Amino acid sequence: MGSFDEFPLHYRTFLRAYPWRRIDPVPWTPLAKPLAECRLALVSSAGLVLPDQAPFDASIRGGDPSFRRIPSDTDPTLLRDTHRSDAYDHAGIARDANLALPLERARELVARGRIGSLATRHLSFMGSITAPGRLMRDSAPAAAAELAADAVDVALLVPV
Amino acid sequence: MCNQAVGLVAAELERHGIATVCLQLLRRVAERVRPPRALWLPFLHGFPLDTPGDPERQHAVLEAALQLVERADARPPLLVDYEAPRA
Repeated sequence: MGSFDEFPLHYRTFLRAYPWRRIDPVPWTPLAKPLAECRLALVSSAGLVLPDQAPFDASIRGGDPSFRRIPSDTDPTLLRDTHRSDAYDHAGIARDANLALPLERARELVARGRIGSLATRHLSFMGSITAPGRLMRDSAPAAAAELAADAVDVALLVPV
Repeated sequence: MCNQAVGLVAAELERHGIATVCLQLLRRVAERVRPPRALWLPFLHGFPLDTPGDPERQHAVLEAALQLVERADARPPLLVDYEAPRA
């Protein structure tokens, strides 16, 4: 079960004192139509990149707020895990990237008719962002504008 | 940190008219950050969709997440605990 106790002592100490950002007010978009007619985007924070994409930059203080675009038809075995954190076991994602960016599962949901269609591109962040100012000010609005321009109705966000 | 990051991105997507659901691995963090819709999973970090190479268990997580988006009566923030299917 996920808890602070999973992490080494220096992480636990940091997390216990960390000023978590409270979303207030909480924005809310109700579903406007049945999921079978909706377009779904996936957003992962696992630091996944394609072979021709730059890895996330572990040297940026406060965390790398950038994101990569992952085309919907990507073979998940091509994805490379560049997440900098050593606080969790990367072996599961190494074995099956669907664990963090469920590309194949999403395609199966469309084939079953549970979801209408998939976004042209899904998005990959590296979630180890302790200073989220630039994420909130720049990259999250840019990501949202891209997904909105792609007529995305619903997004599933997956942390690691 | 990942749990907070996806919550903050989700909030921005909602402001752009996109309905979201966040998987969450730390209930305490989900309660503090308050993503609009969150499914808390009792899994270790690194395993947000349960078991690698097990499409059925991964679909069970996805289905629970999709059902949160379909809840027309819900009000934000919505935080629900996942109940894994019996093995």
